[in-house]
Amino acid sequence: MHAVYGFVVGPLAWIAGAVFVLGLVFRLWVFYDLARRKDPMVLEYMSPKYALRSILHWSIPFHPVNSRRHPVMTAVTFLFHLSLVFTPLFLGAHMMLMDYYHGLSWPTLPDPLADLLTVVVIGACVFFGVRRVVRPEVRYVTTAKDWAILVLVALPFVTGFLAYHQIGPYQAMVVLHILSGEGWLMAIPFTRLSHMMLAPFIRGYIGSEFGAVRHARDW
Amino acid sequence: MTGTTPPTAPRKIQPDPGLDDALARLDESKIQKVVQRVLANETGARLKAYVETCVRCGLCSDGCHYYLSHDGDPQYSPVGKVKQTIWELLKHKGRVSPEALRRMALVAYTECNLCRRCAMYCPMGIDTAYMIQVTRRICHLLGVTPRYIQDTAHSHAATMNQMWVKEDEWIDSLLWQEDEAREEIPHLRIPLDKDGADIMYSVIAPEPKFQTQLIYLAAVILNESGLNWTMPSAPGWDNSDMAMFTGDFEIMGRLKRKHFELAQRLKVKRIVMGECGHAFRSVYDVGNRWLGWRSEPVPVVHAIEFYWELLTTGRLKVARKYEKKVTFHDPCNIVRGRGLHERPAKWSGPFVRISWRCIPTGNITIAAAREAESSTPARRTKPSGWKA
Repeated sequence: MHAVYGFVVGPLAWIAGAVFVLGLVFRLWVFYDLARRKDPMVLEYMSPKYALRSILHWSIPFHPVNSRRHPVMTAVTFLFHLSLVFTPLFLGAHMMLMDYYHGLSWPTLPDPLADLLTVVVIGACVFFGVRRVVRPEVRYVTTAKDWAILVLVALPFVTGFLAYHQIGPYQAMVVLHILSGEGWLMAIPFTRLSHMMLAPFIRGYIGSEFGAVRHARDW
Repeated sequence: MTGTTPPTAPRKIQPDPGLDDALARLDESKIQKVVQRVLANETGARLKAYVETCVRCGLCSDGCHYYLSHDGDPQYSPVGKVKQTIWELLKHKGRVSPEALRRMALVAYTECNLCRRCAMYCPMGIDTAYMIQVTRRICHLLGVTPRYIQDTAHSHAATMNQMWVKEDEWIDSLLWQEDEAREEIPHLRIPLDKDGADIMYSVIAPEPKFQTQLIYLAAVILNESGLNWTMPSAPGWDNSDMAMFTGDFEIMGRLKRKHFELAQRLKVKRIVMGECGHAFRSVYDVGNRWLGWRSEPVPVVHAIEFYWELLTTGRLKVARKYEKKVTFHDPCNIVRGRGLHERPAKWSGPFVRISWRCIPTGNITIAAAREAESSTPARRTKPSGWKA
């Protein structure tokens, strides 16, 4: 188990980090290159002012019309994404690992709060899953891939929660936690999770079209 | 999470010679060839980004009047329609049966009118109408278009107008309306081909064809406002564009070039157009881009914006406001296409209930769904409650 642990926090962590960062850079370049060659319109009509206007308006929960039509979904989505990004970055245990291996440290969240945010992420994943089953318009377009991604996102949080509370075999749980976290990072550039990187550009483009060309709102 | 939705209702599919005859000539490999050509040559970063990042959340659904008017049938939601069309084509690398293509053509031509409202509902800003337009483009190149709308596109190709109006009939209609109007206003003129006028007034072909008095009415407004205006006698006077809707971008390009070059030849300062929304979309937003113009080479002003200008500058005074309440149906191409929704509301007195209920007139009720009807496009939407 120690050898496995050593591998997942050692070489595999480097690989996951590299795949994540280089993958994002590579995919951004692919999209930029494709836009330049095949969709020059996107670059031509992209307007920083209206792109940012659109992004800003959609960053405010319950501000766009559709986010008010789905208040529960809006609340869950905002809490989910914030917790998803901040919990792993500001978790005390993660910072300590970085401190131990690389001598880096930064302010962290109190453990009970991090624990709560973890529950928020898991709860949101359950909500998304239930929604996929219950809402016909979501069920109709849901595929195995969507379930796989939901599980992939939930897994590091579920295993992290179990490990922190020492439920189940601790060492295996930690290894599973790290593995799934690394799997998650590596999947981001190459799956639907790439919306992390592409969503601002997609929104920026439609915001530019709506704002600069069509003089209309898009929120 | 409230409300359950009835299972997807069975469709009544009516025969349409435009689809049936074309599909009979196709097979999987012919379809695949065209799909791959379009995907390789005409699509790029947008389609890839939209398809690869859509998280299937279904939040676009409430934006769609087809979805709302079919009691939340998921087949009519924007993402549901993308699933049945472009995702299907991508999944099978374009190798789909003629029967599958029929379904896609029906979805693309009769169950989405490209109004772009869903783009305002998508948290990521995915432009679903663009993906449906790509499907229409593929269908067009395969010759699979509903017959009625194709007939209007043929008319565009042959006559440069939508309604097979011949050149002499057009000129005659204008002279006729001038004659009629002079009964009422003796000094009224409909100036033809006036060089260097401030305004070229352009219309859609259904005006001379079916509603000729609209030209009379516009002439009254333009004359009473004391404007220096003209109407062209040559082909290019029709600003409409059903070819844009069939996916025939080549004809669209010819139409728009003709229209703009006519205005340039007359050396007018700007083009003022009648009320037609889809024509505005073609002239203002789509056709010019296909031709490589960033925006219109001659400024185009839509009727609403123009009347607004006349009313606010005092050129035109309203003697009496219409007292009854008016419902303003969501005109997608000038609301989401030019942000003109507030003007009619401000100017119409007791007005106004703005209803975000589309009446998908231009490309569906009138044209595509005449025969190829798989649904009832003009069904009314019902108010919907909060949903999770």
